[in-house]
Amino acid sequence: MNWRSEIFRVFKEQNITCVCHVPDAGHLELLQTCEQDKDIKLVTLTTEEEGVGLLSGAWLGGKKGALLMQSSGVGNTINALALPITCKMPFVTIVSMRGEWGEFIPWQIPMGQGTPTVLEAMGVTNFRANHAEEVYETVDAAVKFAYNNRKPVSVLLSQRLIGAKQFKEE
Amino acid sequence: MSALLRREVVSELVDGRNEDLLVLSGLGCSSWDLTAAGDSDQNFYFIGAMGMTVPTSLGLALAREENRVLVITGDGDMLMNLGILATVGMQKPTNLAIVVLDNGMYGETGGQETATSGGTNLEMVAKGAGITNSTTVATKEELTKAKQEIINGTGPVFVNIKVAKEKLPLVLPPIDGITVTQRFRKSLIGKV
Repeated sequence: MNWRSEIFRVFKEQNITCVCHVPDAGHLELLQTCEQDKDIKLVTLTTEEEGVGLLSGAWLGGKKGALLMQSSGVGNTINALALPITCKMPFVTIVSMRGEWGEFIPWQIPMGQGTPTVLEAMGVTNFRANHAEEVYETVDAAVKFAYNNRKPVSVLLSQRLIGAKQFKEE
Repeated sequence: MSALLRREVVSELVDGRNEDLLVLSGLGCSSWDLTAAGDSDQNFYFIGAMGMTVPTSLGLALAREENRVLVITGDGDMLMNLGILATVGMQKPTNLAIVVLDNGMYGETGGQETATSGGTNLEMVAKGAGITNSTTVATKEELTKAKQEIINGTGPVFVNIKVAKEKLPLVLPPIDGITVTQRFRKSLIGKV
């Protein structure tokens, strides 16, 4: 099952038209699909917190969106989350997890391990997908939760799902 | 030559505002300035989430091409997230104008110097980020000319306005972010 196209299917069904990101290889195919869709505005950010503002602004203008990032970027968003939380705006982020299942790079571990706790501490409701079969229903549920209740949510795409990156010396 | 006064500048910028104008003001002094110039349902005031004024305005400008989006913020808020200028320079929204009230200090916290007092030139930063329509304003004549660009010029427009260091009375906008958000959306898209 191509779970990446399942995320895109939710975007289309839920009318998500503003997608912003700091690139991550875990989101590569989804980014390419979004870029080719004429109804989706894809914005590349210099740092993840910009995405929190960008989606809040899109919401003020009546548009729905999602922030794609790697777990290492989650820490950059924390104070920015005061904006959607204080103003009761929906916020959706889809996080490709590192620093957990079979991680090879120790630098990924602090923020990867801290991600669920840090988001929860800010009042973000975490959803998680560990297997390809649960990606569609998890993203669908998270997006509906966020937009129906005007709440911040994350979908943590497990490193088990994405596959641990392996580096080999030449 | 006397320095420009920030509240006079903000009043001048929103004087006779068009119906399509949406104004977002940055954390602290800029939000008090915009409130002093006149509250509006089409204003959005930041009183927290420092550094988020320009990112939010970019999202709004991309979502609402039929509106003009004006940022009025301070040098402190702008300096916290200079990277967003690169993102604006990449997206090039024609309906976005960014105005920085540059007094060279953190006004809300006791007047500590900002980097613009130490050599950072925000106009050059904006230009370097690809926002070619960028200027610095220091006089009333320059302000009058710049207002034309801010309101009608092809964006993205960036104007750094050098203003006096002042300690001004607090003029608070509605503190409740939910109220401000919902009335903004109601005014703009007809639903909260």
